[in-house]
Amino acid sequence: MAYLEIKDFTKSFGENQVLKGIDFTLEKGEVLSIIGSSGSGKTTLLRCVNFLEKPDFGSMTVDGETLIGDGIKDTERTLRQKRLNFGLVFQSFNLFPHFTVIKNVTLAPELLLKENYAAFCKTERSKSARKEYLAAKRTEIHETGKELLAKVGLSEKAESYPWQLSGGQQQRVAIARALAMRPKVLCFDEPTSALDPELTGEVLKVIRSLKGDGRTMIIVTHEMEFAKNVSDKIIYLADGKIEDCGTPEEIFGGARSEKLNAFLASVNDKGEA
Amino acid sequence: MNFFELLWALRDGLIISVEIFFLTLALSLPLGLLICLGRMSKIKPIAWFFKLYISVMRGTPLMLQLFVVYFLPYYLFSVKLKYMGDNWLFTAVIAGFALNYAAYFAEIYRGGISSVPEGQYEAAKVLGISRSKTFFIIILPQVFKRVLPAVTNEIITLVKDTSLAFAIGLIEMFTRAKQLASKEVSMLPYAAAALIYYLFNLAVAGVMSFIEKKMNRYRIK
Ligand SMILES: Nc1ncnc2c1ncn2[C@@H]1O[C@H](COP(=O)(O)OP(=O)(O)OP(=O)(O)O)[C@@H](O)[C@H]1O
Ligand SMILES: [Mg+2]
Repeated sequence: MAYLEIKDFTKSFGENQVLKGIDFTLEKGEVLSIIGSSGSGKTTLLRCVNFLEKPDFGSMTVDGETLIGDGIKDTERTLRQKRLNFGLVFQSFNLFPHFTVIKNVTLAPELLLKENYAAFCKTERSKSARKEYLAAKRTEIHETGKELLAKVGLSEKAESYPWQLSGGQQQRVAIARALAMRPKVLCFDEPTSALDPELTGEVLKVIRSLKGDGRTMIIVTHEMEFAKNVSDKIIYLADGKIEDCGTPEEIFGGARSEKLNAFLASVNDKGEA
Repeated sequence: MNFFELLWALRDGLIISVEIFFLTLALSLPLGLLICLGRMSKIKPIAWFFKLYISVMRGTPLMLQLFVVYFLPYYLFSVKLKYMGDNWLFTAVIAGFALNYAAYFAEIYRGGISSVPEGQYEAAKVLGISRSKTFFIIILPQVFKRVLPAVTNEIITLVKDTSLAFAIGLIEMFTRAKQLASKEVSMLPYAAAALIYYLFNLAVAGVMSFIEKKMNRYRIK
């Protein structure tokens, strides 16, 4: 069984059927890119995977655990736990403006620690053991946070606030923030679309380095050159269906469907304009 | 009495005014948040109720509301006001002010909350942060920053509004000034009171701009 398996994802908004039965699988350490024209359902698919939308139909299995499927009912709590299998980096960064860069990265792990600590206290009666546990975990979170900032090349910005950073830097913080929760699969929704062209490179470089670390990733992107270089697999989405799917060589090698060729040509035009 | 003696003579009234001011704030700022949450509730009847509440509180004079609160025990339960205890007058004033200002703060908060981008909620969601923690740790601090100028306006109005307590007979600073004015047959007590209100507001404005500066270390979109 594949690391990530999605079967028959279907989603409608009112009359508008946005996903019409999406199936794909992803192995551990693989990078999947999703391409397709505006409105084809790329974001919706990613949001369903991240439990921001609930698919009307379909199933999803990650690392042997079925998270979405027939008869699986979620509470707010189980949803929250399931979400943590995934990380999501948004087009518009969505950093928390009132927290410093390092706090943006460590906030969610710290809040999770508080929950785990409460559970820990139920079994551990000794005060000193509790204290030790908390202190050790806190240090660990902070150290990890610093390592992640180093990874995205922003160590010296730890104490800055988001508004003091460029878009590219903010997006790199957002990547570090997502990584801090140790997701099994990291998702990106057009991570460079909101950036000035000269800033996209630094973000793509970080994503490329994550591939080097063997991260499993799903990337929605309009950067065809990047998709070609970084992906193991590419899905071409059109009108809520997987119109084509294959390795970068297959997808960009020509001789595919009319639709895909037309799409790739239109993207090229925009790139050159 | 010279001007300085007048200022001194107003001190009892001033204390009452200051008490109304701080108690009203302490009650109406959090109460406003509750009303705001009720107003934004997904349960329609609750939302309607608070919508009506807010529109009535903002659409009728505060002075009239003070009367209503003051006489409420009598009309609801036929309790003679003299049995309500010595503090009833003061309690009624505070309750009236708090209920009124809470409605204004609720609307201000509501504007603030709906101006926080949806992306903030979603970012918190995908990081596994619970809904209540998202609200208190991520949304609310940004709301406070957004609404600070509007809240400052209300607070400055409140300083002046404390004088409305005279309507149901509470002797705050303005009432005291009126008594002195008729005793002294002079406008000077009013001038003294005006000066105190002004200084009071200057202090309020100073405190608020200090808070605003503190919050300026970060910026929001
Ligand atoms: N919350 C929603 N409510 C109603 N319709 C929606 C909602 N979200 C998306 N849609 C619709 O679903 C369709 C697909 O949208 P989606 O955002 O998934 O496309 P996309 O492929 O990400 O496009 P883009 O490249 O422009 O980001 C669109 O027609 C959009 O209007
Ligand atoms: Mg999209």
